[in-house]
Amino acid sequence: MFTQTPLVRRKQRNEIIAKWIFGAMAVAMVVPLLLIIFHLVSRAWPLLSWDFLVTNPVGGMRRGGVWSAFLGTIYLVVMSLCISAPIGVLAAVYLNEYARDSWFTRIINLAVVNLAGVPSIVHALFGLGAFVIFAGMGRSILAASLTLAIMTLPVIIASTKESLAAVPVSFREACWNVGASRWQTIRRIVLPNSISGILTGVILQVSRTAGETAPIMFTGAVFFKKIPEGDLFAYNLRDQCMALSMHLYTVTTQVTNAPEALPYAIAVILLATVLFANALSISLRVYLRSRKKW
Amino acid sequence: MVMTADSPGKKIEVDGLRLRYGAKEVIHGISFHVEPHEIFAIIGPAQSGKTSLLRCINRTIEFTAGTRVGGKVLVDGEDVQQVKSVYELRRRIGMVAPLPVGLPLSIYDNVAFAPRAAGVRGKDDLDGLIERCLRQAALWDEVKDRLDSLGTKLSGGQQQRLTIARALSHQPEVLCLDEFSIAIDPVTTMRIEDVLKELKNEMTIILVTNLVQQARRLASRTMFLWNGNIVEVDRNEVIFSDAPASKHTLDYVNGIFG
Amino acid sequence: MGDGAIDLAAAAAERRQRASVVARGAASRRRRWELVGESALEWLIRLCGVSAIVFVFGIFFFVLREGAGFLFHGLNLRQFLFSTEWYPTSQSNVRYGVLALIVGTFSVTTLAMLIAVPFGLGAAVFVSEFCSRRMREGLKIVIELLAAIPSVVWGFIGLGVLNPLIQKVFRVPVGLNVLNGALLLALMSVPIMVSIGEDALKAVPDSYREAALALGATRWQIVYRVLLPAAKNGLLAAVLLGVGRAVGETMAVLMATGHAVNIPHSPFDPVRTLTATIAAELGEAAAGSQHYQVLFIIGILLFSITFVVNFTADLVVKGIRKR
Repeated sequence: MFTQTPLVRRKQRNEIIAKWIFGAMAVAMVVPLLLIIFHLVSRAWPLLSWDFLVTNPVGGMRRGGVWSAFLGTIYLVVMSLCISAPIGVLAAVYLNEYARDSWFTRIINLAVVNLAGVPSIVHALFGLGAFVIFAGMGRSILAASLTLAIMTLPVIIASTKESLAAVPVSFREACWNVGASRWQTIRRIVLPNSISGILTGVILQVSRTAGETAPIMFTGAVFFKKIPEGDLFAYNLRDQCMALSMHLYTVTTQVTNAPEALPYAIAVILLATVLFANALSISLRVYLRSRKKW
Repeated sequence: MVMTADSPGKKIEVDGLRLRYGAKEVIHGISFHVEPHEIFAIIGPAQSGKTSLLRCINRTIEFTAGTRVGGKVLVDGEDVQQVKSVYELRRRIGMVAPLPVGLPLSIYDNVAFAPRAAGVRGKDDLDGLIERCLRQAALWDEVKDRLDSLGTKLSGGQQQRLTIARALSHQPEVLCLDEFSIAIDPVTTMRIEDVLKELKNEMTIILVTNLVQQARRLASRTMFLWNGNIVEVDRNEVIFSDAPASKHTLDYVNGIFG
Repeated sequence: MGDGAIDLAAAAAERRQRASVVARGAASRRRRWELVGESALEWLIRLCGVSAIVFVFGIFFFVLREGAGFLFHGLNLRQFLFSTEWYPTSQSNVRYGVLALIVGTFSVTTLAMLIAVPFGLGAAVFVSEFCSRRMREGLKIVIELLAAIPSVVWGFIGLGVLNPLIQKVFRVPVGLNVLNGALLLALMSVPIMVSIGEDALKAVPDSYREAALALGATRWQIVYRVLLPAAKNGLLAAVLLGVGRAVGETMAVLMATGHAVNIPHSPFDPVRTLTATIAAELGEAAAGSQHYQVLFIIGILLFSITFVVNFTADLVVKGIRKR
């Protein structure tokens, strides 16, 4: 055995202390997450059931379930991603495959970064000004979805670009060398090998879209709307709709004398929807990493 | 019929070719020609512009940002900058990169990629073509039972032969190989060299290599490129003799510098 | 010689016949509509490529358009920016002073950053330097999940959990105040700081670490003397993006900061932020009224603030890449 000098011992001690300090900071993030989820679920427990999910709110939103809000959220998410995913993916294809390194490209990239940083309430103002009023859509699922789509667009562009850039340049060169055009290269090699990463990014946006409140508040979401239960096509794109996030806000701030567990139950349903999409995205990513083709 | 590749003369003619990357000129106005059905070797130290030169011939240099090409490259007397379809031009020129690239497709699809991109759809046409290319690249016997498996899962040497098969799949008139032996073992290298000697009967071959002995074994003529200038281009008997025109050439082929 | 010539001729003939497979394909199958379709698609791709620019300008234009009436008629810039008097619905004397709202936004953001920056960067250091591989993967997933919690849920947590907690711990009458909002914003902006900060630390070449190790530095010293200086731009960008997120956050601060237009004197005073004001009042303001237009002007103000913050962050990041 070496005899340890005091200096070495002090160094080792410092090392361990450093590890614990930084570790504690990391743990400070994990603990709230677990506490929050535990707290919410335990308070919501008495109300949680399948019936809660598939029945409409009744009695001034103090009783019943969340069906109309849940369905509204699904409409908004699906609609907005149907708009933002194709545009976002094509924009990323442009930036990664076509654009040269010029000032114009730099401006586009800057616009993407800034679009991602626009506050959600400003998106709401934009949606109100552009879609609801200017385009004459009125407050509707369509206007709200468009607003959400523009909000998620930059994130989809960024994640898609990353997936495209992960396809080695040598593959593209090999294709160009045999006389394939840019689009043929993208269509046959680049997209098939990045589609899974692209999907991962898009699914991640499901979770973000489902949770947003501010952008839909003035563009298409309402406090209350009655729809037939059990009908998946109960909403029309021209209609306004309820949404889980908005419903949580309404019940906690506008509805008096609601049973104590009700907002907790709504929060848990919302959180479950969001985290489910997230977990799906994460596990897809882990699975894909395990079976890379090169 | 006009003068074609089959008539003796110049298959490829490079006239005063200059290449800039941004402000830096890497090829300083070089001129040479390649004759039909010869193996033409280009040797020289790293960073001499050998790879860039090949990329000027099939115009893939355009994919690199900030490049500017001056001078002329003629294939069969036709200026590559003026061709009707650049894709058509690239199909006439097979290109094998230094590192083997198996596309993340099945072996079959790897070889079928180029013909399909050109619009060939018939299964019979493709099957025959693919078998012929794989045979020519001396890979057929090793992979004929597993054409469905991924090209990227082959060994390095097999992938390099797959790359050659792919380069042959669009039935080029010129085959350019860029330091093809860099990532593979000597045995495989010898096999591919044998393949090249066979292929010479069917097409013109440009061989960029950093192995002086490889140029000596295979080529009929050799060009020594150094810092973007031609030091010497001549028949192998001269280049590899005791008295080439330039002392640099003598030093380089004898391993004294480079 | 003669044999060679025959060989050549035969080979050439054979080749011509073979070449026909590809040539025929090229001529017949890749028809005109295919080429036209391809170029149409490439135009579509270019169009989508510039969409981000269109939308950024669109946002600016349409928000400004709704607020233009007030901007050109009736805006008293001095009152608007330097007065704390926000009485948009007063019958007798309508005043639109947003100073208290700006101070509200900045007080919550600053306090949030004071909490989040040490934790966020500390966690980034831990994740990138002290973690085993598996633990890192686990922590990153937790960070992602933390980032996924919707802001309205955070607001609800502020109302339902932090509110009574703050009342009890600090013995104050109301728990909906600057501190509450700042805690929520801290938890919300930590994930973005960790992920960007970790990227910045990862970008420091391993050779730096190895060189320092070879000199006998402890990991603590490496972090302090080598990594933080080397990654400082990236870490600054991480903080700026966290600030951008905190300034723009709406629902959580709307629900948790107490909703009083007020210049705060302590973390236990309630405030109202710019974002919360828009969210709270837009529903009540009649479309086209002056109040309604003012809210859009506040939107432009917010847009400008976050634009500057994000632009700076981007420049800082670009600065790293250039070096």
